[in-house]
Amino acid sequence: MSENATPGSARRDPAKKVKDSADRTQLQTIMIRFLRHRPAMISLIVLALIALFAFVGPFFWMWDHTVYREIPSNQPPGGVHPLGTSAAGHDVLGQLMRGAQQTLKVAFTVSLLSTIVGSMWGATAGYYGGRVDAFMMRVVDIFLIVPLLVAAAAIAGNTGAGASWYAIALIIAIFSWATIARVVRGVVLSLREQEFVEAARASGASAPWIIIRHLLPNAAGPIIVAATLLVAIAILAEAGMSFLGLGIQLPDISLGQMIGSARTAVSTRPWLFYPPGVLLVLICLTINFIGDGLRDALDPRQTRVRR
Amino acid sequence: MLVYTVRRIIGAIPVLILASILTFVMIDVSGDPLAEVRMAQPPPSPEVLQQAEERLYLDRSMPERYWLWVTGIGGNGDIGLLQGEFGPSTQGPQYDIGSNIAERLWTTLRLIGAAMVFALGLAIISGVISALRQYSKLDYTLTFVGFLALAMPTFWFAGIMQAAGVKFNQLVGEQVFATIGDGRFRAQGEPLWDQFLNAFAHMALPTIVLMLISFASWSRYQRTSMLEVMNSDYVRLARAKGLRNHTVIRRHALRTALIPLTTVVAIGIAGIIDGAILTEVVFQWRGLGDFFITAVDNNDSYALMGWLLLSGVVVILANLIADLLYAVLDPRIRYE
Repeated sequence: MSENATPGSARRDPAKKVKDSADRTQLQTIMIRFLRHRPAMISLIVLALIALFAFVGPFFWMWDHTVYREIPSNQPPGGVHPLGTSAAGHDVLGQLMRGAQQTLKVAFTVSLLSTIVGSMWGATAGYYGGRVDAFMMRVVDIFLIVPLLVAAAAIAGNTGAGASWYAIALIIAIFSWATIARVVRGVVLSLREQEFVEAARASGASAPWIIIRHLLPNAAGPIIVAATLLVAIAILAEAGMSFLGLGIQLPDISLGQMIGSARTAVSTRPWLFYPPGVLLVLICLTINFIGDGLRDALDPRQTRVRR
Repeated sequence: MLVYTVRRIIGAIPVLILASILTFVMIDVSGDPLAEVRMAQPPPSPEVLQQAEERLYLDRSMPERYWLWVTGIGGNGDIGLLQGEFGPSTQGPQYDIGSNIAERLWTTLRLIGAAMVFALGLAIISGVISALRQYSKLDYTLTFVGFLALAMPTFWFAGIMQAAGVKFNQLVGEQVFATIGDGRFRAQGEPLWDQFLNAFAHMALPTIVLMLISFASWSRYQRTSMLEVMNSDYVRLARAKGLRNHTVIRRHALRTALIPLTTVVAIGIAGIIDGAILTEVVFQWRGLGDFFITAVDNNDSYALMGWLLLSGVVVILANLIADLLYAVLDPRIRYE
C-alpha cells in the first residue's frame, strides 16, 4: 500500500474518489450489507464448516454410519473413537457425519422444492387476482392449518417412505410450500400495480412471461429470505419425524433418529445424546442468523414472519 | 359485529370442508390399512380378507368412502362424522376411535393450555422489557435466548429437561418432578392439595418444554410491536402531557402493542400441536400424541383422519377467535 492510504487523505484526493452508494450496483450494496452483518457472516462460516464436515468428512474418517464388528460397544469418547461408540457398535463420529449430511440434504431439497412451487403458486394468484386469487389462497390456507410435523409423519408412516431421504424431503415439501406462496403473493400484489408490469403488458407480454421474467425476479429478496428460514423449519420437521421413528429409517441415519435412539441414555451414555442435538441446534441457529442477515440486506423494511 | 361474526363463521365452513377432503385423500391414498393382514404368514384366506375389507369399507370407491366418512349414510353405524362416529379401526372392532380421542383430549389440551398461558405471559413480559431497554445487555441476552430456543428441537430439549428432573430429584432426595406419565391414574380419592401437587409434579417439566418455542417467537413479536408503539406520536403526546412513565407504558403503549399478538398466537397453534406430540412421547403421556403414534403404527386410517381433522378444526377455531378478538380489541377496525 502507498503511504497516503489513510481514509482522510483518500477523501481529499480528487482523483481517488471514495466509492459511495451511488457508484455501487444494487447487488454490491446488498453484498456489502450482508458482509457487515456480523452474526450472519460468522454463521455462514460455521455452516460451511458443518457442511464440509458432513459431506467431505466421510471420505477422511475411517468409520461410516453402519455397524462394525471391530467397534467395541458403549465406549465413552476417547482414543480411536473420539466421540465414543453406540451399544450396537457404531462409531458416533461417523454417524454424526452421515446424520448431518442427510439432515442437510433433506432440508435444502425441501426448501428448493417448496420455493419453486410456492413462488409460482403465489405469483400466479397475486398476478391474476380476483376469483383465481381467492381460490388459490384458500388452498394455501388449508395447507397452512395442517400441523406440518404431524401431517408429514402420518404420510411418511403410512407409505413407509423412510427408506430414502428424498421421499421424506418430498413429503415435508408438500406441507411447507404454502408459507412461501403466501409471502410471494403479498409481494406480487404490490408489484403488479407498478409501471414496469403495465409496460410489459402493453408491449404484449404473456402472463407466464410477466410472472417469470418480471414479477419473480423483483420478489427475489423476500423469496430468498423465506426459503432460508424454511430450511431451519424443514430441519426441525425432519428431526421430529425421525425422532418419532417415522422419518429416515435404519440402516440409514439422521440426527433426529440418533437423538431418538439415545433418548433413554441421556445420563448413562451422554455421548450418544448430546452431540447430535448440539449439531442440530448449531445448524438451525446458523441458518436463522443467515436468514436474518439476508433479510436485513435484501429488504430492510420487512419484518420476520414465522409459523 | 354480529353480522361480521356470522359471516366469518360461514366463511370457515368451506375451509373446513376442503380440509376434510385434503385429510381424507392424503391418508386414504398414502396407506393400505390392511397391509399387515395381507402380508401375514400364513396368508389369510380370501374370506377373512374380504370380511376385513367390508368392515373397513375398503370394498367401496374412494368418493363413496369419503361421503360415508362424513355422513355415515349407508354404513354399519360405526362411521359418519356428522353422527359423531369416526369410523372402524384397524386395532380391532372394540377399539372406538371417538371415545379414545375424547378420553385423551383433556390430557393434551391441559398441556397445550398451560404451555400457551405461560408462554404468552412470559413472552409479553420479556418482549416489553426488551423493547424498553433496547440494545441493553438484557435485550441482547433475551434475543439470543430467543434464537437459541427457535433452533432447539423440542424432543432434545425435553430429553435434557427429563434428565435434569431426575438429577434434581436425586439431589433433593424427594420426588419433586415426575418425569414419566401424565399422573392420571394416581389422583383419585386423595385430598385436594395432594392432587394438586401430583398434577404439578407431572405437568411442570412438559409445560416448560412445550412453552419454550412459542415463548421465543412471541416475545420477538411483542418486542417489535412494542418498539413500534413506543415510537408513535400518541405515546409521545402522552409523555408530553406529563403522564407518569408507568401509566404511559401500561395504559397507552402496552394495550396497543398487544393487539397484533392475537394473530401471531393463533398462527402458532399448529406448531404447538406438533410440539405437544413430541413432548408427550418423551414424557410418556397417554395423550393424543400417543394416540397418533399408535394409529400410524397400525395403519389406522380412520383414526389418523379423525386426528388430523380435529387438529385442523382447532387451528381454524383459533384463527376465528383471533379474528374476532382483533375486531373487538382494535378500535381502528370497524365491521358493519
